[in-house]
Order: sequence, then C-alpha cells, then structure tokens
Amino acid sequence: MSADATHPSPSAAPFADVEHVPGAKKPDPILVADGVHRAFGGMVAVDVDHLEVQRGAITALIGPNGAGKTTLFNLLTGFDKPDRGAWSFDGKPLAGVAAGNVAKAGMVRTFQLTKALSRMTVIDNMRLGAPDQPGENLLAALVPPLWRGREAEITAQADALLERFKLDTKRQDFAGSLSGGQRKLLEMARALMNGPSMIMLDEPMAGVNPALTQSLLGHIQSLRDEGTTVLFVEHDMHMVRHISDWVVVMAEGRIVAEGPPGEVMRDQAVIDAYLGAHHDTDLGDDALLSDEVAERLEAEADAEQADRDAKHEGGGR
Amino acid sequence: MDWTRILANVVGEFFSPITAAYAIAAIGLNVHFGLTGLLNMGQAGFMLIGAYGFAITTLAGHSALTGLLVGLAASVVFALLLGMPTLRLRGDYLAIVTIAAAEIVRLVGRSTSMTWLTGGNAGIAGDGFKDAFHATCLLPEGNSTILFWTYSNCYSNSWWLRIVGWLAVALFCLLVWRLMNSPWGRVLKGIREDEDAVRSLGKSVYSYKMQSLILGGALGAIGGIFFSLPQAVQADSMGRPTTFFVWTLLLLGGAATVFGPVLGSMLLWAVLMLVKSVMRDVIPSTVLNTEQIEMFSFIIVGLTLMLLVIFRPQGILGDKKELAINVR
Repeated sequence: MSADATHPSPSAAPFADVEHVPGAKKPDPILVADGVHRAFGGMVAVDVDHLEVQRGAITALIGPNGAGKTTLFNLLTGFDKPDRGAWSFDGKPLAGVAAGNVAKAGMVRTFQLTKALSRMTVIDNMRLGAPDQPGENLLAALVPPLWRGREAEITAQADALLERFKLDTKRQDFAGSLSGGQRKLLEMARALMNGPSMIMLDEPMAGVNPALTQSLLGHIQSLRDEGTTVLFVEHDMHMVRHISDWVVVMAEGRIVAEGPPGEVMRDQAVIDAYLGAHHDTDLGDDALLSDEVAERLEAEADAEQADRDAKHEGGGR
Repeated sequence: MDWTRILANVVGEFFSPITAAYAIAAIGLNVHFGLTGLLNMGQAGFMLIGAYGFAITTLAGHSALTGLLVGLAASVVFALLLGMPTLRLRGDYLAIVTIAAAEIVRLVGRSTSMTWLTGGNAGIAGDGFKDAFHATCLLPEGNSTILFWTYSNCYSNSWWLRIVGWLAVALFCLLVWRLMNSPWGRVLKGIREDEDAVRSLGKSVYSYKMQSLILGGALGAIGGIFFSLPQAVQADSMGRPTTFFVWTLLLLGGAATVFGPVLGSMLLWAVLMLVKSVMRDVIPSTVLNTEQIEMFSFIIVGLTLMLLVIFRPQGILGDKKELAINVR
C-alpha cells in the first residue's frame, strides 16, 4: 500500500507501542469512554466497552452505515443521553453534561448535515462561535462599551479564519446562500472560533468537491500540527488513509478493530464488515465495465459466499 | 361623505393608546418570534396578566409604579411556568402550551369564583384602577384640542396616556434595536436558525430561550396595561383574537425588524378605521347595520392581509434577501 509509505509519520509516533486491538490503551488519551451503551427500543445503536482517543492526533472513526458512529458522536457531545456509560475529556467526567457545556469544555463538533445558520451573515456565524463574549449576557448587551473590545478581537479572529478557509469574499453574504461545500468549510471554521482542544467532524468531506477536499485535508492536518485533537467520521477511504494517524472501526455499535490506517484496512474483520475485498480498486476505471471483469468479479463473489457458507456449516457442527 | 371626520378618525388611530398598546405587545412577540423563533400563541395571556396585576394593585391603593412592577413580576412568573416544561422541546409544543395557558388565564379571570379579585365576567371597571395613572399626569386638568382631535388631558383615553404610551413604544424600540445588534441578539438569532448548532458552539440554549420568553412576555404585560388604561380590564377583551391581531400586525410590519411591529400596528388599526368609517357612510343601515359593518371590515382587512402575507411574506419592512433563503 503506497499511501503508507508516504504517510507523514512524526504524528504517528505516539502510536508506536499501542496494541492494535479494539479499546487499546493510548499513551496520552484526551478522551476516554467506558461502557457507553445506547439502545433505541430493542436496537442497540452503540455498545462501546472502551475507547481512548490520543491527544494531538487525527483519529478516524469508520464503519458501515448504521454502525453507530454518529450516535456515538451525539452521546459524547451531550446531544443524546446514553442508557449507561461514562467518559471523561481531559480528565473531567463529561457524562450527563449538557451539550453547551461540553463545547465550553473544549470539545466541539460539527454535523453530518451541515448546520449553517442560514439567515445570518457568514461573519455573524463565525462570531457566534467565539467564547467569552460578555455581550452575550442580557444586561451587558445593553452597554456596548462592555463588549465592543472583545467583539473587535472576535472579528479579527473570524476574519483570519475566513481567509484561511477561502471564505473571506463571502463575509457579508447570508450563510444560506453558500454552496454545500462552503457551508462545510464555514461550519468547521465556526467550530474553530471556540479554540477547541478537540474537534469532532462528522463526515467533513461529504458533498465537498475534489479541489476543496484537498484544502480541507490541509486544514485538518494543520489543526493537528497546532495541537488540536481531531476525531472524524468519514466514508472516503482515500482521505482516511491520507490523513489519519489512527483508525477506529465500528460495526453494529461495537468497536471491531483499531490500528494505523494501512493495517486496519488489511484487517479481515474490517474488510468483511465494511470495506469489501475490492476497496482498493478505482471504481472510476472504465476497464471495470467490461463483461469479462464483471464475470470474474461475480465468480469471485460466489466463491467467497460458498467459502463463508462452508465455514458457517463447519462452525455449526 | 364627511372626509374631514373620516380622515381625523383614521389619523387618530395612528397615535391612539390602543395602537401603542398593540405595538408594545407586538414588540414583545417580535423578541419571541422574530428574534428567537419561539412560537408564542398566547401573547394575549401575558397582556391580561399584566393588566390584572396593574389594576388589582392600584385598586388596592398602591401607586402606578408598584402596579407596573406587580404586572411585570406576574408576567415573569407566567413565562417561567410556561417555559420550564416546554423550552427543552421543539417549537410547536410552546405554541400549544401558550395558547392553552392564555385561555386558562382568561377563563379563570372571568370565572364567577374570582369576582372578588378580577371582577369576574364584568371585569375591573375603569374608574377605580385608573386613578393611580391619573395621579402621574403632568398636564393641567381639562381637555385640549389639537387640530381635529379633542381628548381629556389626564383622564382615561387622554393626551397623557398617548404621550406615555408612545414614549414607551419609542423606548422599547430602542431597547430591541440595542439588543438585536448585540452579541446577545446574535445568539438568539442563531437559536432561531438552528438551536443544535448554537448548542454545539457552547451556548446554553435553554437559558437564552427563557430570557427571550420572559423579556417578550414582560413587554406583552406592559402592552396589556396600556391596552386596559383607556377602557377597562375585561378578560374577554384580551382573548385569542387579541393574540392573532398581535401576530397579524407583526407579520404585516415585518418580523425581526425594529419598527415592523410599530408600523404594523399603526397601519392595521388605521386601515380598519378607514374601511369602517367609509362603509358606515356609504352603505345604508338597512343593508348592513353598524355591527355587521364592524364584522365586514374585519373580513376585508383579513383578506388584504392574506394577500399581503402570500405576496410579501417578509412584511413591509422585512429584508427580501433574507427571505430568498429557503429555510429547511
């Protein structure tokens, strides 16, 4: 796997001694979750025994649709309540803490379906992300001198971020007039206004055009290089392989594998549960469309199925 | 047709105390709906609570200021009671609870068992509770005529009430303008757009929604006090239709704007007066009597408003660009 060889590894160094098993201990975890369980009726959406997220690294959370990735995000950030379980962030227990306070503690998330505040300008979206604005108090709001100074700081910070995310030309536009990809960028930039120590991105690449993807990847990596911990959910394996230092795989609510990206993607359990045997094949390759290839793949699938059936029967006896 | 009289009537509506009262109540609703996206369908309940608080306190011999404070305090308690169970839920629930709560206030207020306090069905007649407000009057006794309009200086539907009422409108416009353009107002607007997003940015959404509900409700209570001062406190005069008038004129003027509620109130009542006055002169009483004309003019105004909301849903002062964005 060539991606491995080119992978910048200084950030992967902390993982040198980490076991490649689900729930592995990390040298310096920023987020530790234990026994987090969430069921919707009879359907168990999340059942995570133990999860640690290494500080200052990019961790990818992957898994098939319905694996419970977003539900886990919701639980950890206070947007949903688990049936049981505990987790701590930076040493502080966060179970049962309201979403607003989770963000204040330094763990900020974005959403799979972007939540741009449509009828507010881009710059106001950004300003809203900033913490410690005294003018957000009802009484202080009436006395501008109390908050003008902080407002100027916030605006400067927002403008710098907008420039970095190439949104500075849209400064005064309503967020609702941005394209889907620009909204993703805006949401990420807005989350950064909080100066979070950990940012959780739910499918940051979904619906973003390839050119923008490249710059988003750059942004995420530079975040990590500045010391922010990144945890993201993503289906785009190229991206996962390209930027993540560590990969956690979920299936049916559980963590089924952990490891560095290259190795996890060779893990038989992960291939079976999620990736499929041909995850490395470029689907855009026209050669795949020929009858010959189709027949070969079909035969292969049949063989796999037969193999599985045989194993199943063997296990049954 | 006596155009001078009709015009005097119509223009008189522009600065009548009732217009001011509706404007203030609508400014409150604008804080709820325009700024925060809260669907308060019971603004009349807040108005009635404020009016009762003021009238009962001043009847007991206290000053107008004490009456105002009691009315405000009562509306704050009412807002807390309504908000605590509903503000954690999605918007529609608040709408249901507020309309029901406003009806409860009205029905309890008019019930026979409450006659000792609220005057029951008959309400609290003007003579008693207005004295405290008259006592604040800085104008000399007597009547004054300015152009076409003659009113008492201090008593009941007076010049003094107009002065105080419209000063209050101006003050509350200033207040809302200040708040709308502050970081506090920005958080509220964010909540209006998407409260989960605001939550994810580290704000306590529940607390902001509660503040908004209380502030808007308190403005509603003050509106209710001005509404009762030229007439009487009568539960049925502040029922569901009142809530819908407040909504109508807010949407007419333009929600989420500073002057929308004021312009909406002035226009709605002036146009209604124009339609009524003209019809009274034009239509013989054998075809439509006065009461029927009253109803008919509401129908015409209602129809006009429907057209307006269909073709200009952002209201008169609303921002077209803002509306072009399809929200969800």
